[in-house]
Amino acid sequence: MVRFRKFIQRFYLAILLFFIYLPILMLMVFSFNEGKTMSKWSGFTLNWYSQLFQDPVIMESLWVTISIAVLSSLFACLIGTMAAIGINSFKKWTRNLTLNLTYIPMMNADIVTGISLLLFFIFAKIPRGYLTLLISHIVFNVPYVIFSVLPRLKGMDEHLYEAALDMGATPGYAVRKVIVPELMPGIVTGFIMAFTMSFDDFVISFFSTQGIVNNLSVYVYSMARVGINPKINALSTIMFVFVMTLLLIINIRADRQFKRQRQNTKFLQKGLSQ
Amino acid sequence: MKKKFFALPYLVWMVLFTVVPLILIFVYAVFTTTDTGEIIFTTQYLKQALSPENLSVLWRSLEYAVITTVICLILAYPAALILSRLKSKVGAIVNLLFVIPMWMNFLLRTYAWRALLDSNGPINQFLGWFGLPPQELLNTEGAVIMGLVYNFLPFMLLPISSVFSKIDQSYIQAAEDLGANKWQVLRKVIFPLTVPGVITGITMVFMPVVTTFVISRLLGGSYYMMFGDLLENQFMLLKDWNTGSALAIIMMVLMVLSMAIMRKYDKEGESKTLW
Repeated sequence: MVRFRKFIQRFYLAILLFFIYLPILMLMVFSFNEGKTMSKWSGFTLNWYSQLFQDPVIMESLWVTISIAVLSSLFACLIGTMAAIGINSFKKWTRNLTLNLTYIPMMNADIVTGISLLLFFIFAKIPRGYLTLLISHIVFNVPYVIFSVLPRLKGMDEHLYEAALDMGATPGYAVRKVIVPELMPGIVTGFIMAFTMSFDDFVISFFSTQGIVNNLSVYVYSMARVGINPKINALSTIMFVFVMTLLLIINIRADRQFKRQRQNTKFLQKGLSQ
Repeated sequence: MKKKFFALPYLVWMVLFTVVPLILIFVYAVFTTTDTGEIIFTTQYLKQALSPENLSVLWRSLEYAVITTVICLILAYPAALILSRLKSKVGAIVNLLFVIPMWMNFLLRTYAWRALLDSNGPINQFLGWFGLPPQELLNTEGAVIMGLVYNFLPFMLLPISSVFSKIDQSYIQAAEDLGANKWQVLRKVIFPLTVPGVITGITMVFMPVVTTFVISRLLGGSYYMMFGDLLENQFMLLKDWNTGSALAIIMMVLMVLSMAIMRKYDKEGESKTLW
């Protein structure tokens, strides 16, 4: 009976995973298809993979996606960490006001954020392009950095900074040498979150550039009407396999580390009790 | 120089690129320039935005959002329960398996569904083995809702399974020691403890579905337009900033409303778990 229930439970998870992976499988399989459409299998080929790297439009949009993700997350980390340090020393009501305003890009629908930025760029007569794409990505990235850095600031000893000042450090030097190293884990988390948000974004990119500059998502969208090129299937297969292996490796290593730590603590506890 | 000055660049940035753009939406929605160049207050755009056709699109979006949220909840809750009972190592990997697909572009995944649901696609071929005639699956309401469930399921599953993992097992043991059967434990102990996760899941699915675009067009043809598609049309096709802004305001009002409702339920949920 217990066995049967376990089987049903596993079966349910398997069905859900199958549902989630079905279209991904479809994409991967058809990246090896000779024909151009996903409606008929006409034979195995690796052509799309070799052609992929010679397609200037795809390479260009891949470059835009990666460079925007890197630049926007770096900038978001810089301005966001500084903001968190400042906000942490605000008085209660200015602090609440600032944090509530910071929530806006996170809580607001992407489509509304995108539209508001588009209106702003039109109003300020900033031509839509790479720059507006970068600005919009920083806009939705900064809150993630701020909210992953703030908790670490709260857990930090206030006096360390003052001590550094008393010893003759300038505020800038003290922040760089005392506060930032303490905040590093938060900054790294913020960076990773910002990077993935930026890499994956479609809606805000689409509106804030009016579809003029293509990152990968916008390019895919423009192709979705006429039919998606198998080269895109090939590219997303490569990226997917890359991310999947990376995450599984990180997960397994973290698991091992966790075990090792647990062994160490057990060892220590034993040592202490003896 | 005091520490608070470090926030200055961000404050300038935020006001310029978050607050001003939002104000602009309001300005575009309720002000208009007359022929003489005067700027006057008007409700004409709001009236246009609330036209019967638009309201029917809005109604459809809300309907789809309710259906999608309910289906996601029904699918995700048992899954989270089962996940929480797996061994920690296996559980972590299965959890990861649910998250990884989000790293693949959602447009591509949705597009792949088009091929799957096609009249001579794999699903119809599969049905054919059982002697069933090909079904018209694509460009139906069912396809749109399936696509929505497909895209938003992880957003329901993740918050619920994260509260499941935080449940203190001693509560369950205590309930069992005191004579509760499995069903009572689930209903009286586990469920109340997972309410916050369910609430987060609902907020992460409901409003995003209302505001979504593209999915309904890819899977439903152009027959089942949603509110997000309406906004896109208004801005990208018609380039009517004013009516578009008025629509965006309606969307924001809805968002604030739903958040307020959720917050209220969330508070009740918290007080319940305290008891």
